[in-house]
Amino acid sequence: MTIRRYLRLLPVVPSVLLLLVFLLAPVAWSFYASFTNAALSGRAARDPQWVGLENYVRMFSDDSFPLAAWLTVVFVAASAVLGQNVLGLLIALLMRRSRKAVSSWVGTAVVAAWILPEIVAAFAAYAYFNRDGTLNQMLALFGGKGPDWLYTFPLVAIILANTWRGTAFSMLVYRAALADVPQDVSEAALMDGAQGWQRLAFITLPLIRSSIATNLMLITLQTLAVFTLIWVMTAGGPANASTTLPVLAYQEAFKFGDIGYGTAVASVLIVLGVVFGAVYVRLLREQKP
Amino acid sequence: MRRPMRFATVLPVVAALLAATACSSTPPAAENKTLKIVYQKSDSFTALDTVMQDAKKEFEAANSSVTVNLEPIQANDDDYGTKLALAQRSPDTAPDVFYEDTFKVRSDVDAGYLLKLDSYLEKWDDWSRFNEAAKAAGRADDGGIYAVPLGTDTRAIWYNKAVLQKAGIAVPWQPKTWEDILSTARAIKASDPSVIPFNMYAGKGTGEGTVMQSFYELLYGTDSTLYDEKEKKWVVGSQGFTDSLAFLKTLYDEKLAVSPAEALDANVWKKVFGEWFPQGKLAATVEGSYTPSFWQKGGAYEWAGYEQEMGVAMFPSRNGQEPGGVSMSGGWTLAVGAKSKNAELAFKFLTTALNKKNALAFDVNNSQIAVRTDVAAESSYLSANPFVKDVSELVKVTHYRPATADYPRISTAVQVATESVITGKQSPEDAAAEYDATVRKLVGDGKVLER
Repeated sequence: MTIRRYLRLLPVVPSVLLLLVFLLAPVAWSFYASFTNAALSGRAARDPQWVGLENYVRMFSDDSFPLAAWLTVVFVAASAVLGQNVLGLLIALLMRRSRKAVSSWVGTAVVAAWILPEIVAAFAAYAYFNRDGTLNQMLALFGGKGPDWLYTFPLVAIILANTWRGTAFSMLVYRAALADVPQDVSEAALMDGAQGWQRLAFITLPLIRSSIATNLMLITLQTLAVFTLIWVMTAGGPANASTTLPVLAYQEAFKFGDIGYGTAVASVLIVLGVVFGAVYVRLLREQKP
Repeated sequence: MRRPMRFATVLPVVAALLAATACSSTPPAAENKTLKIVYQKSDSFTALDTVMQDAKKEFEAANSSVTVNLEPIQANDDDYGTKLALAQRSPDTAPDVFYEDTFKVRSDVDAGYLLKLDSYLEKWDDWSRFNEAAKAAGRADDGGIYAVPLGTDTRAIWYNKAVLQKAGIAVPWQPKTWEDILSTARAIKASDPSVIPFNMYAGKGTGEGTVMQSFYELLYGTDSTLYDEKEKKWVVGSQGFTDSLAFLKTLYDEKLAVSPAEALDANVWKKVFGEWFPQGKLAATVEGSYTPSFWQKGGAYEWAGYEQEMGVAMFPSRNGQEPGGVSMSGGWTLAVGAKSKNAELAFKFLTTALNKKNALAFDVNNSQIAVRTDVAAESSYLSANPFVKDVSELVKVTHYRPATADYPRISTAVQVATESVITGKQSPEDAAAEYDATVRKLVGDGKVLER
């Protein structure tokens, strides 16, 4: 009854169609446009030409692309893999031992940053790190004089801001994961004389490995795509010192009107996301023998 | 067989839904036409919005079957240009009449966004009242006119008289050379270190402002230029370019201008008009002839005392060489969309928005230099603010940007060079060399001129 089997697939056809039209089509278009000289204005806007690999060749001969790629890697590693992930795990571990009131206060404070709309969070971070901002005002109270964070340490500022904003997600994932760790295993280890850190490293972490991998995948992909936060805080400046790939793609496509080159940068970003995703998916698969 | 039956009924619905989102709206019925008008509006720029509201009332009263949809875009100049270009990519979103920067006219004509207006202008009596230079603002490479200017502008040095006098500098002040500017600025800094002596924009943050209100005043005052109009080639390797960057470096290194961090803030100009000048924290800067529009009654940063406290001076050429000074002119136009389904009506709306009454209101409220001779002769225009005469005279020494299709990217390359220099990332020589390389890459070796 093969016909029957195909008919059974019918209910998912509409959603597959919608996914194809609204998710895959823009990605496919982005790849297509990256091989053309499509532009916002000028002759190329009326009649875009196929230029083959020209945009990609230009990308690798252009100084700003390798810099942007490097900044993106640093940004993701520092703010997601280290910042959000480790801090989230730490808070989740501490919350298990703390008093209920303390843990709910901390939880609310951390989650508050996360539920803010991105644009609001970005402005809050801008107001905090600005040269006359909250941070420098607080430093002034103690007689210190802070630098102009967004200008002198733009990358540090956006890393801290993204860590602040995203830690809640990791914290929630790890709280749920830790709640599932059976108490008796930990107690057995305690009986055997395992120290606190030993129980963490050899019992707790291996037990929540799959949560760690899932969490890492989600926050990595999310951080790769962070745009609003950076755009509002530094707009990629000064002199490209905080221009990550999404910012570079936006600048090329919409500030300079070079849609072709902008989509080429975006396509590289998509490929990067797929590579990261594939690595994490593999990690997830390996641990289920 | 129940399941397929149900889906046989669902599928057409889904198909219909998809079709509905994909299709354009049905064309408006013949007797009830709509015009879509797109223009810029911001918290500090409402003069055009007022004019458009008036023009809409006037137009709808005269043409009862037409509905005018005003769709202002709230954005700065750069973002406005991007949004407008995006809207023009599809006939469904393209406007009928829109507000267009003069320097984008040629590029957008190439892109096929603008309708050629020659045959319409022939039948419009008022067209003869526009001065010749203004008519050229909307001319494309093929010689046709594609846009009609609302007004034009010039750039000058604006200075706070009280701040200069406090430092012992006589007013009215008119520097004759670049060195005059530096020595005055140093004197102001020596007398009061908390004052910003002479600011000039730099970096990508202020966008076109960086070139129009800063770098080009320098470059065109050397013996160099950006673009050779005769040869139609971009100038590279000129000493004037490096010297202009070096002048900016001096201003920023000696802290005669704002800090580089402040300069890169896209909103720095708001502080110039809204805080630093009125509070006497800034001695002088280079800004447009539209400057009074921010301070006059109804402006974004009302300041009653500006007429007495501010002075205006011509930006000098480097060593005072002929013609003694430099200014830059730009301005905005109205144009009709090439994809407009009601081109005739759209042009009619354009003439309403640009008639004498509306042009006068716009030029006065936005401190524009009139391009219609009948507006320029109006007493309410001449007395709009005390600086109308001074800034209008700068038309004699003014320059226009090379409005070619390549221009916007070249402009960005210049902005990048200024940013690299004031942040100390590159020396003026290195930044100029990188600019040259970028220009060659952008336009090709055949379109550059070594000088």
